[in-house]
Amino acid sequence: MQVSMKVNGEEVTREIEPRVLLVHFIREELGLTGTHWGCDTTNCGTCVVLLDGQPVKSCTVLAASAHGHEVRTVEGLASNGSLDPVQQGFMAEHGLQCGFCTPGMMLTARALLDKNPHPDELQIRQAISGQICRCTGYATIVRSVQWAAEHPAAAGDPPGTGTDEEDVRA
Amino acid sequence: MQIPAAFDYVRASSIDDALALLQQHGPESRVLAGGHSLLPMMKLRLARPEWLIDINELTELDYIRRDADVLRIGAMTRHTTLLESPDVGRLFPIVRDAEQVIADPVVRNRGTIGGSLCQADPAEDLSTVCKVLRAEAVIRGPNGERVLRMDEFHRGPYETALEQTELLCEVRLPVRQRSGSAYEKVERRVGDWAVAAAGAAVALAPDGTIEDAAVGLTAVGLEGTATEAETLLRGKRPAEELFAEAGRAAAAACDPVADQRGPVDYKRHLADELTRRVLRRACGRAGAEREG
Ligand SMILES: Cc1cc2nc3c(=O)[nH]c(=O)nc-3n(C[C@H](O)[C@H](O)[C@H](O)COP(=O)(O)OP(=O)(O)OC[C@H]3O[C@@H](n4cnc5c(N)ncnc54)[C@H](O)[C@@H]3O)c2cc1C
Ligand code: FES
Ligand code: FES
Repeated sequence: MQVSMKVNGEEVTREIEPRVLLVHFIREELGLTGTHWGCDTTNCGTCVVLLDGQPVKSCTVLAASAHGHEVRTVEGLASNGSLDPVQQGFMAEHGLQCGFCTPGMMLTARALLDKNPHPDELQIRQAISGQICRCTGYATIVRSVQWAAEHPAAAGDPPGTGTDEEDVRA
Repeated sequence: MQIPAAFDYVRASSIDDALALLQQHGPESRVLAGGHSLLPMMKLRLARPEWLIDINELTELDYIRRDADVLRIGAMTRHTTLLESPDVGRLFPIVRDAEQVIADPVVRNRGTIGGSLCQADPAEDLSTVCKVLRAEAVIRGPNGERVLRMDEFHRGPYETALEQTELLCEVRLPVRQRSGSAYEKVERRVGDWAVAAAGAAVALAPDGTIEDAAVGLTAVGLEGTATEAETLLRGKRPAEELFAEAGRAAAAACDPVADQRGPVDYKRHLADELTRRVLRRACGRAGAEREG
């Protein structure tokens, strides 16, 4: 069957089997391997992408169901060469170690901040509660999202390149 | 890699279209709602439909509407929508209690009330919630519409009164005066299915005694509601000793099985304790409404 959807702002069309899951469509058909794939059982959340702006576990959505909809993956977070504030926050606050959970975490964080620009710590923890991180203990992820909330317009050079005052503190 | 076996896929464009497709493709066709129970089962080959009829585009089934003394909820309403609805939270705090602990926020963006009730997993939280709220299920099929009480709709584990050619379209929750409700669940970790859970809904008489009560349990082998506990409660004034008595009755009525989530005596203990807690909270909420 033929499916068409907008992925990171670009219209894509592919011929697929109906049983293809969205995560495999994104990784294998489109070659966007930033979306990770882990448990296969809807538990780990590393496969989270935004479907019409809402985080969903793409291992449990058919690509066919996304036909006619908008998908945003981690590759679609940066715009015009500038990292999203969430991505900058993960750099500034060491929100990742191995990076396996990171794409899903960042997309959920983006959706949370779009809905609620000033979440408290509990709201952040609840938002990511369907996603597992085996490395960080979550504390730095929470701080990364807080950083992004405090720097909503952060754009341009990523932190760590010496132009951001926050780096001095960090 | 877990991938479902091959199937054919078709999108329904309206309720009538979905009903026509179900008839056309026959017993090997299934409706796809949020897919968060069906797709995992298909990956494990516990389900092998030949046709999936996707009803995700049917926004006509995604609504929450107050109509005099009934709240109408469309079958495609997602868990997240239920959790965030002020009407639902105010009129039926039990739904908000339950939705906070159903799976996790990302799963809740996809799973629907219709899918939950049709799946009829013994650990499905909304089945208990709808039972104690004495909800009605509005079903459409080739011969028109029928409305079933929850105890008629829910036949047992993974079994409902739905015919293969029918669609669950709406869930109706009756709004009652001086009422309160609550849900509490014990889970091994965030987002997991219940080890055990209890739900209660009570309506108070003007003098503050319990006019009507419903007590339900999740994941511990209770069919229907805990009728002995309900009988005990009716006509009495809310009190700790009464809640304890009802808790013991509910625990005696259930029939849990030992599994990786816990042994029988632990689950029975939870049934007792959680029943007391939800009754305490439901009566408190009903009392606040009576005074307010
Ligand atoms: C990781 C995980 C954790 C979960 N934890 C919990 C939990 O703690 N508590 C809980 O209650 N649930 C839990 N769930 C289940 C979740 O609530 C599902 O969303 C729900 O069971 C099914 O809803 P769905 O819309 O995804 O249905 P689907 O999977 O699409 O459908 C389920 C079944 O119902 C049928 N169906 C669906 N809609 C209709 C309709 N309108 N008319 C006729 N038939 C229909 C389908 O054909 C299918 O047979 C969990 C799920 C996952 C993946
Ligand atoms: S791979 Fe989708 S939730 Fe783990
Ligand atoms: S950074 Fe390794 S799993 Fe989260």
